[in-house]
Amino acid sequence: MTTTVNPPNPEQREAAMDRLRHGREAIAERWRNAPRWVRWVLLAAVIVFFYALPNKEFYQYLGPIPTPGANFTQVMFTVSIYVLMAVGLNIVVGFAGLLDLGYFGFFAVGAYTVAVLTSPSSDIKTLWPWLLVVPVAIALTMVSGVMLGTPTLRLRGDYLALVTLGFAEMIRISAVSLPFLKGQRGFNQIPHPPGKYADGKPIFGILDARPYYWLVLTLIILVVIGVRNLTHSRVGRAWISIREDEDAAQLMGVPTFKFKLWAFASGAAIAGLAGALFAGKQNFVNSQNFELLNSIIILAAVIFGGSGNIVGAIVGGGLVAYMIERFRGIELFGLELYEYRFLFFGLVLVVMMIFRPQGLIPNRRRAAEFKDRRKEVIVGE
Amino acid sequence: MLLEIDDVSLLYGRIQALHGISLTVDEGEIVALIGANGAGKSTTMRAISGIRPVASGRIRFNGEDVTKLRADLRVRRGLCQAPEGRGIFPGMTVLENLDMGAYTRRDRAGVAQDLNRVMELFPRLAERRKQAGGTLSGGEQQMLAVGRALMSRPKLLLLDEPSMGLAPMLIQQIFNIITEINEQGTTILLVEQNAQQALARAHRAYVLETGRIVKSGTGAELLHDPSVKEAYLGVA
Ligand SMILES: Nc1ncnc2c1ncn2[C@@H]1O[C@H](COP(=O)(O)OP(=O)(O)OP(=O)(O)O)[C@@H](O)[C@H]1O
Ligand SMILES: [Mg+2]
Repeated sequence: MTTTVNPPNPEQREAAMDRLRHGREAIAERWRNAPRWVRWVLLAAVIVFFYALPNKEFYQYLGPIPTPGANFTQVMFTVSIYVLMAVGLNIVVGFAGLLDLGYFGFFAVGAYTVAVLTSPSSDIKTLWPWLLVVPVAIALTMVSGVMLGTPTLRLRGDYLALVTLGFAEMIRISAVSLPFLKGQRGFNQIPHPPGKYADGKPIFGILDARPYYWLVLTLIILVVIGVRNLTHSRVGRAWISIREDEDAAQLMGVPTFKFKLWAFASGAAIAGLAGALFAGKQNFVNSQNFELLNSIIILAAVIFGGSGNIVGAIVGGGLVAYMIERFRGIELFGLELYEYRFLFFGLVLVVMMIFRPQGLIPNRRRAAEFKDRRKEVIVGE
Repeated sequence: MLLEIDDVSLLYGRIQALHGISLTVDEGEIVALIGANGAGKSTTMRAISGIRPVASGRIRFNGEDVTKLRADLRVRRGLCQAPEGRGIFPGMTVLENLDMGAYTRRDRAGVAQDLNRVMELFPRLAERRKQAGGTLSGGEQQMLAVGRALMSRPKLLLLDEPSMGLAPMLIQQIFNIITEINEQGTTILLVEQNAQQALARAHRAYVLETGRIVKSGTGAELLHDPSVKEAYLGVA
């Protein structure tokens, strides 16, 4: 029997892709054209959904969504930390167009600042309360961002990628081998965030991850509001112009170095905050928490979601962190899928970059920039 | 004297692209800079606008020594360049691009006024105000680059090959616009391959060869100079 399955010719494929594109654009279009109140109601519904999500009474009805192999509430906390970091890295990579390969290094600086200043295992024994150290952690990460950025941001592209990579590795190695940072043994009894219920029980304890998740979720919302306001201001315009054409930006009077440093440092500060939250929840910090792979995952998440778009970064960070955990406890043909999670992750990324290099939810400008670049490539051929 | 360049040299790594060039631009003039490919015309522009540091020599603008001044601060002093090869922001709309041109300005009313002026000069841009810059045609991008530079209301406008890649009709049009901008009071330093047009429009001109100024004079003088004719005007 001869079946003729014609491989789709390029035109057909192009047409199919176009239809796909239009479908998505139609959704985006509908969203933009919807009355203001509809958008607010939808947004409120999404937010309520995510606040409700870690409650067992709620998520048990969500079918396959809860993770079989891990406590779903704990997973949601991890996911929320990744989302927060994706939002921060999106400022650096997505808005200002700076390739930061060592973003997790700043997370480590935040977490270790909290550990050193609060834990009884620390050499200096300051034993400060958690809340007092959070601003210190943010400030310190910001300072380390400025220190790292000042010499490198004057140079172009690749240097920054290398230097940030080196930075993250340096932090990791310090954590492993500096006696002051306690290596594998780590810091324990890091205090939790403050707050008590009416009955005197602490809100932030060891067993229940929900309050931490809610705290991070709230902070994400605040950070997103802040970032949105920033991107709609002169600062945001400056960032976008730098990303699109740095020389041209300077020729328009944009102090490019200053704005790159700002983007880099604010991104770092958000990672520092995430690190501080992580330390406060985990109660324990050691050198195993800061593998280089984490930096790559965050970066991949931002690009996956659609860098330059806040919603894209949130979706990317959330999906990637969630998917990785979702593999836990699933067996297929006797294989523990979790062991292969990064294989799948890599595969998805490769496929994604071939078919949709601008990410799941790209921003309008980025799409145009990609077209522009593709044109350049063709011209160069 | 609005702009005075004195004995400026510039290096790209170890390659010396400018060998001690000097030139001046007076207020109200159109000055043209012509020369073969690779002569250093764009490099001269980069030195003036400040995106490339000079190795030696001095640049004075409006009575101030700007040799060491950062590029973005030179824009604030009234020096604006429309870069070669368009250099517009591809992901921004036409309006957003023009808006970036006014980045250093705070006077809303003045900006709105200049926006109208640019739209009058380039009706094509007005039609396409919501279109992404990267999707404009080459000629339209060129207009956008010139329009965007005008939005900073510069004292001195640096134009690097504004007619590049344009159809003959449009070349005529862009030169008319350049003359018009100049008559409205903006001083212009113009780099052009299209020497015929540039010399015809310019008050004065310089000829650049391998990083050195080899000739200068009024536009009319150079138009009739035999060696210029031979080398740049395509007539023996
Ligand atoms: N970034 C760079 N690095 C190294 N060399 C450069 C760089 N830019 C320009 N050059 C060199 O400097 C010289 C002058 O270049 P420039 O771009 O100023 O020429 P031009 O007169 O503008 O030419 P065209 O008419 O082709 O635009 C050329 O030899 C060029 O190869
Ligand atoms: Mg040139």
